[in-house]
Amino acid sequence: MAQMLDDDPRIIEFDVRTDEMLVNMGPQHPSTHGVLRLVLRTDGEVVSEVEPHIGYLHRCAEKIGENLTHRQWIPYTDRMDYLAAMNMNLGWALAVEKLMKYQVSEKARHLRVLIVELNRIASHLVGMGAYGLDLGTFSPFLYAFREREKILDLFEEACGARLTYSYITVGGLTADLPSGWLVKCEAFLEQFEPIIQEYHALLTTNAIFVKRTANIGVMSPELAIEYGCSGPVLRGSGVDQDMRRDGEAIYTAMYDSYAFEVAVMKDGHYPRDHVYPAVPADAVLGDCWHRFFVRMLEVVQSMDLVRQAIDRYSACKGPLGEPLKLTEKMPAGDAYLETECPKGQMGFYLVSDGSAIPWRVRARSSSFSNLAVAHELCRGCLIADVPAIVGSLDIVMGEIDR
Amino acid sequence: MTMRGPGFLDQLDAAVPGAVVGRNLEAIDPWIDVAPERIADVCAWLAKSSPVRFDSLQCITAIDWFEIDPKKAAKVAWQPHTEMVYHLWSTAARVSLVLKTKLPRWKSDVPGELPEIPSVCGVWRGANWHEREVYDLSGIWFTGHPDLRRILCPEDWEGYPLRKDYEMPLDYHGIRGR
Amino acid sequence: MAEFLINTVRLPAWLAWSVTAGVAAALILNVIAGGALVFIWAERKIAGRIQDRLGPTRTGGKFGWLQSLADGLKLLAKEDLMPDGADGMLFRLAPYVSFCASFCAFIALPFAFDFIGQRMNVGVFFVIAVLGIEVFGVILAGYASASKWSLFGAMREAAQVVSYEVPLGMCVVVPVMLAGSMDLVTIAEKQAGWLTNWYLFHDPFTFVIFWVYVTCAVASVNRAPFDLAEAESELVAGFHTEYSGLRWSYFFMAEYGSMFLVSALAALLFLGGWNGPVPVASLLGLSEGTGDTASYFVRLLGMANLLGKASLGVLIMMWIRWTLPRLRIDQVMMTCLKYCTPLAAAMFLGAMLWQIALPGGLVPGLRRPAGEIREGWLPGPGGAFKVRSADVGKVVQVSP
Repeated sequence: MAQMLDDDPRIIEFDVRTDEMLVNMGPQHPSTHGVLRLVLRTDGEVVSEVEPHIGYLHRCAEKIGENLTHRQWIPYTDRMDYLAAMNMNLGWALAVEKLMKYQVSEKARHLRVLIVELNRIASHLVGMGAYGLDLGTFSPFLYAFREREKILDLFEEACGARLTYSYITVGGLTADLPSGWLVKCEAFLEQFEPIIQEYHALLTTNAIFVKRTANIGVMSPELAIEYGCSGPVLRGSGVDQDMRRDGEAIYTAMYDSYAFEVAVMKDGHYPRDHVYPAVPADAVLGDCWHRFFVRMLEVVQSMDLVRQAIDRYSACKGPLGEPLKLTEKMPAGDAYLETECPKGQMGFYLVSDGSAIPWRVRARSSSFSNLAVAHELCRGCLIADVPAIVGSLDIVMGEIDR
Repeated sequence: MTMRGPGFLDQLDAAVPGAVVGRNLEAIDPWIDVAPERIADVCAWLAKSSPVRFDSLQCITAIDWFEIDPKKAAKVAWQPHTEMVYHLWSTAARVSLVLKTKLPRWKSDVPGELPEIPSVCGVWRGANWHEREVYDLSGIWFTGHPDLRRILCPEDWEGYPLRKDYEMPLDYHGIRGR
Repeated sequence: MAEFLINTVRLPAWLAWSVTAGVAAALILNVIAGGALVFIWAERKIAGRIQDRLGPTRTGGKFGWLQSLADGLKLLAKEDLMPDGADGMLFRLAPYVSFCASFCAFIALPFAFDFIGQRMNVGVFFVIAVLGIEVFGVILAGYASASKWSLFGAMREAAQVVSYEVPLGMCVVVPVMLAGSMDLVTIAEKQAGWLTNWYLFHDPFTFVIFWVYVTCAVASVNRAPFDLAEAESELVAGFHTEYSGLRWSYFFMAEYGSMFLVSALAALLFLGGWNGPVPVASLLGLSEGTGDTASYFVRLLGMANLLGKASLGVLIMMWIRWTLPRLRIDQVMMTCLKYCTPLAAAMFLGAMLWQIALPGGLVPGLRRPAGEIREGWLPGPGGAFKVRSADVGKVVQVSP
C-alpha cells in the first residue's frame, strides 16, 4: 500500500509537509450517508489516504435468507437499499423466477416496470438532494424530498407502505393498483416535469456547484470496470452499460417494446442534450459532476418509462395473476441475476437444494463495489472533496452492510 | 447472454492447461469448474488475454455444503465441501461467465484451519473487498491478498457466520447474542 | 444625557457619566441581543419559506415569534459539557471572546445622528479592528476543544478571516477617502440628501467596490457560501463541534451580531447611513441636529432607516445561505487573493483618480462639492453652511 502511495502521481507534493493526522469521518458524521466510517490520513487539508470502514449495519441478511422461503425473504431485500426497495424486491423476485423458469403475466410485467421506474425517480431525488447537502446547500434537499414524498404517497396507496414495500414479490405483485391511481400518477408526472429545471438551476448549472464537482474525483472507465462499479457511477465514466438493455433475457424482456436511451455520454453528447444544461467546460468525463448529471438524466428517462408503462399497463386486459405460494418449492440448481437498480447493478445469487428454502443466498451489492473505489478517487484531494466524492457515488449503507 | 460453445473452453484449456476440471453448459447459468489452485491463472487469462475480456468481477460467493442434521446428512448426495463461485462480466462483449471451484471445508480437514485459494486481487483490484467479505463471512483464506481482514464483522469477531455449523456467540463484549 | 443629568438633575459629573455609560451599554447589549434573537427567528422563518416549509409556527402564538426565546431557555437548561482532553480555561473563555468582540464593535456604530455609544474620529477603524478580534475566540475554541474537527474549523477560520481582512480594509478605505474622515457619523452625514449622494452611486468604482465589500463581509463573518469554519458536511460543526448549551449560544449570538454589524457598516459606508433615499426631513424643513423635539423624530426616522438597510443586508445573507452550496477552502482563498484583493486595490485607485478628475461628479448639480463640508459642519435648513452648536460640543468632547 505504501509503495502504491509513493508511486501515485496524484499525490500532491508540497515543499512544506506537516505532521500527518488521522481523522475519523464517521460513523456519526453528517455527510457519510448513514453509518460509514472513513479514516482519513490528512496533511493539513490534503487527504493522502482514505480508508472506508463498513459493517455498522451488518445483520447478515444472507444467513437469514437461508432460513426463510424465497418469498419470506422479500422484506429483507427491502431493507438493503431502503431508498429503492421496489428495485430490490424486483431483483430478488426475478432471480427466483429465473431459477424456477417462471413467467409473470404481461400486466404484472408492465406494472413492475411502472413501479420500479417510479422508485428510481424517488431514489435519484434523494441522491440528488443529499448530494446538495454534502456540498453545503440545504434547500435542494427539501425540494427533492417534497417531490419524493408525492411518490411515496403513491406507493402508500398502492401497497400500504412508504419505505419498505414488499410489493413486488416472487411470481408477480402482492396486489393490483387501486382505482384512480394511474390518474394521480400522471398528474404527479405532469407537475414534476417542470420542477426538474429548478434542480438544474439550483445545482447542475450553479457556478459554485460546478466548481465543487467538476474535475473532482475523476474515475477512468478502466478503473470503474476493474472495481466492478455500476449504475450511474459507471455511466458517469462514459461506459455504455445498462442492465435494462444489456442484461439477461428474463430482465431485458421486461423492457421489450419500451423506448429508452441509456444515459451516457457518447461522442461528447448526452442523449437529448439540447434540452438540458450544457456540460460545463471544467467538467471531465468520470468526475463528480458527470455522475450527478447522469442521475438527473435518468430521472427524466424514468419519467418517460413510467408514462410508457402506464399506457401499456392500461392496455392490458387480462388478470394480474397471483404470486407464488410462500412455500412453493424451487428446483435444485443455482441462478444469478443482476438488475439495474438506481445505485447500480444489484445481483442476487440463489442456490437451491430443491426445497422452498434456499440453500444459499447471496446479494451482490452495487454500493459495495462503488464504495470500494472511493479510496482511489480520494487520494490527494482536499477534506471538502471527500464528502463530494463519496456523495457522488450515492451509496446506501443498508445495501453495503446487508 | 452467457458464454456458450466449446471453442472458447478449448482456448482456455490450451492457455492454462489442466485448470478446467469440469463444466456444465446446460445449467441455467452455464459454469466451468476450475481447479482451486489455478483460479488466479484462469482469471488472469480471462481478464487479460482471452478473446473475450472479462474485465469485471461482479461477485465472489462461497457456498458451504454441509448438513448439520445427521439424519439429513446421511441422505444427501454430496460430501461436505465449500464451493466458490466467481461471476465475471465482460463489459465490451456484455456476456457473463461463471467459474466454480471446490475447496475442502477446512484445510487438510483440520477444523479451524481455513481452506486456501489464490487471491484474484492481482487481476481485478475490485476483488479486494469481495474476498475480504468472503473471508469474513465464510472463512476462506485468500493467499496473496494484500490486506485480508474482516470487513463487515468486528475485527475480534469469532467464527464465520455463513458456515452452516456457525453458532451465534451468546455474548459479545457484554452484548447478549440471542 | 450626561449634560441633562449634570445640568438639570445636578448629579456630580463622574456619576452622571457612569450612569450614562451604563444606560448606553445596557441599551446596546440588549437591543443587539434582542435583535439577534429576532434575526435567528427570521432566519428560521425565511429558511422555512425558501424551502417550502413553514418554519416555527406555534411558540408564542402566531408565527412562532417566541421560538428564539424558547430555544434560548432550552440552551440555558442544557447540560454544560466539556470534552475530557479540553483545555478548560480556554474552552470556557473562547465564546466570551467572540461575543465581546462582536458586541464591542457596536460601541462605535451610529444608529442615527447622535444615536451612538461613543462617537470616535476613528470609528471605521475601531469597528473593523474590534470585529477582527472575533476570530481569536474561534481559534481558541478550536484549539481548546481537543477535537480534530474543531481544530480544522479554527485553522480554516484563521486563514480565511485574516485573508479577507485585507480586501475588506481596502473597500472600507474608499468611503473614508471620499469623506475625508474615519468618523462613521461624518461619513454618513456626507451622504445626506437624495440617494445620488450615496457613495454607492458616487462613481463607477465605488459601485463595484460595494459588491467587493459585500463578498468580503460575508466571508469575514463566516456566512455561506464561505461558512467553512463550521461546514457541517465536512467538519461536523467545525470550531463549535464540542460546544453546547449557553456557550454555544454565545457563538451563535456573536455570529448574528457580526452579521448585523457588517450590514450596518455597509449601510453607513455606501448606502447613505441613516439618510433615506429621499431627504424627507430636509424637504419638510426639519433638521436632525437642532436638538429640539422635532429633531429627535428625525433621528428616530434615521434610525429606522439604518436598521432597515442593515436588516435588508442580513436578510440577503440569509437568502444567499439557503441558496448556494459551500465553496472549498482553496476556492475561498482564491476568491480572496486572486479576485477580491486586486479588484479592491484597482477600484481604490480608480475612485481616487475619479475624485481628482471629477471632484463635482458627472453632473455637478446633483452633488454637493466635497470640499465645502468639513467635520462638524452640516447644511442647515436654508442651504447655508453654518456650525451647529450641538455639533461643536460633540467635536470638542471627542477630541479635546
